[in-house]
Amino acid sequence: MSSNQTNIDYSKKDLPGILTKLGFALFGVGLVIVISAFFIDHTRAAFNNLILLLFLTSIGLGSLFFVALEYLAGAVWSTPFRRVLEFFAATLVILPIVALPLLFNMHDLFHWTHNEVVQSDTLLKSKSGYLNVSFFIIRMIAFFVIWLTFYFVITRNSKKQDISGDQSLTSKNIKISAVFMPFFALTVTFSAIDWIMSLEPHWFSTILGVYYFSGTVLAALAAATLAIVLLVEKGYFVKGMVRDHYYSLGALLFAFVNFWAYIAFSQYLLIWYANLPEETFWFLHRWEGNWMFVSIGLIIVHFIVPYFGLLSQPSKMDPKRLKFMSVWILFAHFYDLYWLVMPTYGKGYAVFGWIELGFPILAVGLLILIFTFKSKNQNLIPIGDPKLKRGLNFRL
Amino acid sequence: MSDKILYGYTGIFDTPDEIILAANKVAEDGYKKFDVNTPYPVHGMDNAMKLPVSKLGYAALIFGLTGTISAVTLMYFLSVFDYPIVIGGKPFFAFPAFVPIIFEVTVLAASIATVVTMIALFFKFPNISHPLHDTEYMKKVSSNKYGILLQADDLKFTEESAKELLAKLGAKDITAIYYDQAEISTEHKIFEPKFISLLIIIAVVVSGSTYFALNKLMFMVPFNWMMEQSKIIPQDNNSFFSDGKAMRTPIEGTVARGNMPYQFKGDPESAGKYLKNTLLPTEKNLDLGKKKYDIYCSPCHGYYGEGDSRLRGQFPNPPSLHSEKVRTWTDGRLYHVITEGQNIMPSYASQMTRKERWATILYLRVLQRSLNAKESDLE
Repeated sequence: MSSNQTNIDYSKKDLPGILTKLGFALFGVGLVIVISAFFIDHTRAAFNNLILLLFLTSIGLGSLFFVALEYLAGAVWSTPFRRVLEFFAATLVILPIVALPLLFNMHDLFHWTHNEVVQSDTLLKSKSGYLNVSFFIIRMIAFFVIWLTFYFVITRNSKKQDISGDQSLTSKNIKISAVFMPFFALTVTFSAIDWIMSLEPHWFSTILGVYYFSGTVLAALAAATLAIVLLVEKGYFVKGMVRDHYYSLGALLFAFVNFWAYIAFSQYLLIWYANLPEETFWFLHRWEGNWMFVSIGLIIVHFIVPYFGLLSQPSKMDPKRLKFMSVWILFAHFYDLYWLVMPTYGKGYAVFGWIELGFPILAVGLLILIFTFKSKNQNLIPIGDPKLKRGLNFRL
Repeated sequence: MSDKILYGYTGIFDTPDEIILAANKVAEDGYKKFDVNTPYPVHGMDNAMKLPVSKLGYAALIFGLTGTISAVTLMYFLSVFDYPIVIGGKPFFAFPAFVPIIFEVTVLAASIATVVTMIALFFKFPNISHPLHDTEYMKKVSSNKYGILLQADDLKFTEESAKELLAKLGAKDITAIYYDQAEISTEHKIFEPKFISLLIIIAVVVSGSTYFALNKLMFMVPFNWMMEQSKIIPQDNNSFFSDGKAMRTPIEGTVARGNMPYQFKGDPESAGKYLKNTLLPTEKNLDLGKKKYDIYCSPCHGYYGEGDSRLRGQFPNPPSLHSEKVRTWTDGRLYHVITEGQNIMPSYASQMTRKERWATILYLRVLQRSLNAKESDLE
């Protein structure tokens, strides 16, 4: 059965124009809301902007991580999907623009940027070697430079292979991916420290980098799964996607839902058990007022629903279930970031209004636009990749 | 070969692709009882053989849930009922602390029980005889060939058609496998002496090594090094401080946390004058007082404070608590007696907390009132 499937049944079709229009519409609506938000309540808008930055970083960086992981592990099953992940990784290109408004609102976001506060606070004073504005900006630029460099090098090689079919490009990319991995581990950890942990500069949790990483991977995987299922359904993708491919995506989603829960619980357990006031206040803030409901909701939204939604074997292969679960997980990741960032803005009272709604709309619009824009001039599958045929023939 | 029974026909293939194709063809041909033997798991084989989804997952689910429930029950029973200890100021039922254990027990129960279920139910362990054992076919498919077996007990099976089908698929070395009824049985052999003795040996080795590790090994060098630590215990000689004492006295003018010094030492008159009962005679306080009175006071003073000791003269009987003198004492004066003791009565400061002492005094007032009620009490 598998061996006689020799030719790759793929011809490039342009994505429907309605998708671009939808992308522009969402982007436009989101942008109007975001800009007016900055004029009306720039502190609240800055916090939401930080969530947006973290969300787009999750999608972009997580996708690039999966691309690199596929090269590094020599994975075959995911080769047909790699282009989809590369398209989503293009989100990294717009990150500097998304991060720009933050630099003008750092005083509202980060307690430690106030010089007079730092001078009167022993703890912040001793942390000021790391937590100071200039070093923060240097680190941010370093993250973007590292991510974009690897993004451009890896995708350029992959694109070149479409035309030349040169196998040495694959081995080149394997080496680049190997170099990328330690950089990825460090940058994702330090960006989590800079952008999430430093919101509460007195607090520290050594596992927060891993926590953000688990959300990153989950969000990127969910976005890719959604795109792949939709593309296959509408006939834009290569023929030959079977339930074995879907099962692998579903199983990975399921695995990372569990991984997130494991890490989130580990963080909670250690802080709960040690019961040190310099750590527990972070969780206590998330238990004050209506934040309690948000915190309980996080467990349900981010773990219980996707866990039972993807538990059984048939549900991991069902395209309908996968579509629903990936949209759900993308929402859950936004929810998670809201839970991580917003308690610093609204201590004791969780706010949700049109401002909070505008940023996700902008994010979805941006992602659709990036995807359609990238797919205009490129194939949806890496047709020159030597692993592609084996990937299409992949069976469990 | 006449006394032997035909088990099936086998054929050999060279590549995994060929075996997938062959398995698919055989399944399409309507064979139900056939098997594929490969040196490693070949991807896509379940599909090609048209096997239904494995039922083993249900065993994993059931045993996993069993593990979860038994871990929760065990932890709950141990730390709430059987041996409640306050650990780190956490409640007895400290759920977050139980989660790692519940998780581990669930995973352990599910994985081990699934493997045991698989080899016991599907492979009929401890039955280890099989017609394919010690055949040329088995030697090949466990090194670098891929084999297919058509079983003779399949409804579609005839010797001719099986040979023909295998030949059509391009199989090499088509051979018939025979077995001896006497040698091969499909029964479970749980009560076979060999298997039972294996279980016994495992039990002896495991329990013996556990005993050795916990009772002997711990006391051997270097495992006993943890028992001899260079620390200073109370009452020890300590060369670190100039006074040579291990236990330090508190710094002058300081009070240990939760400790309230008694400021009327040896001064019962002042205590009676200045100390006031801090508790109100509520039902709760009186209950506490009665409990403490019955435990600490009643052995000598009697349950009703009449000085009728139940120690049968082993101690001199104390005077009645209903005397004019005791009734007119203030609460503070009584508190002083309980705290410091009087004559032969020792101090109860270490047995009763301050609150308990005051509650006991409230209860004593109730006892006194019951024998010397006022006119107004009758109304």
